[in-house]
Amino acid sequence: MNSTNNITKAKNIESSLSKTVNRKMNNEKQKTIIDDLDRGIYDIKDEFDYGFKTESGLTPEIVREISSKKNEPTWMTKFRLKSLQIYNNLEVPPWGPDISELDIDNIITYVKPKTDMKTSWDDVPSEIKNTFTRLGIPQAEHASLAGVGAQYDSEVVYHKLKENLLKQGVIYTDMESALRDYEEVVKKYFMTCVPPSDHKFAALHGAVWSGGSFVHIPEGVHVDIPLQSYFRSNAPGAGQFEHTLIIVEKNASLHFIEGCSAPKYSVNNLHAGCVELFVKENARLRYSTIENWSKNMFNLNTKRCIVEKDGLIEWVSGSFGSKVSMLYPMSVLKGEGARSEFTGVTFAGHGQHLDTGTKVIHAAPYTTSVVNTKSISKDGGSAVYRGSLKVLKSAHHSKATISCESLMMDNISTSDTIPAIALLNDEVDIGHEAKIGRISDDAIFYLMSRGVSEEEARAMIVRGFVEPIAKELPLEYAIEMNNLIKLELEGTIG
Amino acid sequence: MSEQMLIIDNLKVSAGETTILNGLNLSIGMGEVHVIMGPNGAGKSTLANVLMGHPKYNILDGDIKFQGVSINDLKANERAKLGMFLSFQYPEEIPGITVENFLRSSKAAITDKPLKFMEFRKALKEKMNLLEMKDEYATRFLNEGFSGGEKKKSEILQLLMLEPKLAILDETDSGLDVDAVKIVASGVKQYMNSEHSVIIITHHNNILEYLKPDYVHILMDGQICHSGDINLIKKIEKDGYDSFRA
Repeated sequence: MNSTNNITKAKNIESSLSKTVNRKMNNEKQKTIIDDLDRGIYDIKDEFDYGFKTESGLTPEIVREISSKKNEPTWMTKFRLKSLQIYNNLEVPPWGPDISELDIDNIITYVKPKTDMKTSWDDVPSEIKNTFTRLGIPQAEHASLAGVGAQYDSEVVYHKLKENLLKQGVIYTDMESALRDYEEVVKKYFMTCVPPSDHKFAALHGAVWSGGSFVHIPEGVHVDIPLQSYFRSNAPGAGQFEHTLIIVEKNASLHFIEGCSAPKYSVNNLHAGCVELFVKENARLRYSTIENWSKNMFNLNTKRCIVEKDGLIEWVSGSFGSKVSMLYPMSVLKGEGARSEFTGVTFAGHGQHLDTGTKVIHAAPYTTSVVNTKSISKDGGSAVYRGSLKVLKSAHHSKATISCESLMMDNISTSDTIPAIALLNDEVDIGHEAKIGRISDDAIFYLMSRGVSEEEARAMIVRGFVEPIAKELPLEYAIEMNNLIKLELEGTIG
Repeated sequence: MSEQMLIIDNLKVSAGETTILNGLNLSIGMGEVHVIMGPNGAGKSTLANVLMGHPKYNILDGDIKFQGVSINDLKANERAKLGMFLSFQYPEEIPGITVENFLRSSKAAITDKPLKFMEFRKALKEKMNLLEMKDEYATRFLNEGFSGGEKKKSEILQLLMLEPKLAILDETDSGLDVDAVKIVASGVKQYMNSEHSVIIITHHNNILEYLKPDYVHILMDGQICHSGDINLIKKIEKDGYDSFRA
């Protein structure tokens, strides 16, 4: 069977509001379009002080310098240099959002904070510790997490795992320590799932990666409470290139949470992290992410998972911040009966272009994938679902369902759905559904007739729209998302 | 004459270029039950929506006074706070928010007071029992996937929980089977008292046998063309609306 491309597009849907209301909304919109919402704690900048940083731009010397500062084995230095070569030979992808504004020569690729990694918050320098305290990380660690990693600019400043998990052989550490202490494991897996040749930013990542988390869950071990890594980018004009490598062995399970944020600077920042996940036979992994980067961030992150026989990967992905995001977590269902579930929500406001989605490859029989996404765009923001589903010849009796819904808050915002589906097998069951809409005036009137203000009526509808996703998020993030929706909507109506 | 709840004075209303209400007059006293009947397209639903403040309609002339206050320029939520309520002919489905949570937000917004959790719960359960609604409806999303009858019951549940001063029922009995009409009518009956006024817009006599209206009005061509007591209904059934045309 040949591939089918299905493009649904809806822009500038005519409003059915009466003249009076239209006029009112326009007035209020002019008054209230806000470029920078008060992002509260996220925008508190620390004074930019660092232990070591590279010059802007990228040369083999800079790459060697990063590698030697980290005392890496020769194979890694070579790997970096080879990646740099690939990077120089690859073009920026010709599709997707415009990223021409991103000038890589002006991005500082490595910023070492003035501390080494600690295992007690008391040892972390107070100004860095304060940042994470404001973000609620130590409290969350105490209350509801099995382990925490905290990265500040290019390096991990804190890593800690609960004692009982240590005893069961669980490894949760930063990538630098992993490269030193578990060199053979890292060498076996590192960038095999996402090779540097994959695309230009994967190559860049291979050349300048720094920080990130390494997790290894031994066979049969169930980690009942989540591990969380938090990535904070503080230095202006810097890139963050953390590498996350997670291996969940046979019959084991894990919930991993990744949080990201950065304060707003006038220069562009770049995030080109890489996440490689290996889910072995009958293992389960839930990978939850909330990205709340500031609106000067180019978020060009690559995430991929290889799932073996009867394994399960669950992606939960929330994209709120950044100026441009290109983010398409991918599942390769390699073993018979492997499953993938993707749940995603994207919220694009003024000046944001969030191009998000997921890729699934069914490479074995009886594999299953479910995709469920919601996006909201407002104040001229653009939210695009870009997905790819491929069922290989070998993957008979596979099943895939895709459902994408978009909500546009006004007539200047846009929303596209671009799902590519390629089926090389007839014995498959595929369902695809895409809905694009805007908030109906009758729904707002209905809610207002029960006493709630127009602003609250809109927030109710939006919260209701994302409810199925919100309930998948870790609690504190679900609350954060609701607050964010409130924050984002407060500017819309007077 | 009893104290006035609502006075509509020479109301002219358009939607876009079309004039729908053309000098409508109507007074509703406190504790009274009024029925508005009329042929399709006469402007009955427009009247209901205009009274509640739907932004689709423009008031060209005239005045609507609720308890002595002109409400022409008030938004729907402000009218709700004054004590007005509309039971919709086609209630909207709002996914993602449960009936209970919605009613809680709504009640808090109208009363401007935080709710007493247990008291609210108890009242909700009582009213749901009265309307023969299963408990699970409280946790279902507002009107989502509800049948026609369930939606109308959900409207009356909201009426009973929000306790407005004036209830406008826009074809609340349409599309209901005889049993459901009886249940809905008993809900409205529980709401009715000497301080609550009701406007019933309907095509059917059935619900009126339970609710015993004080006045019956015929709305045609954008005006109230005839008013009377319950006997007027018999005349309509016998002769049709055309016999009232001016």
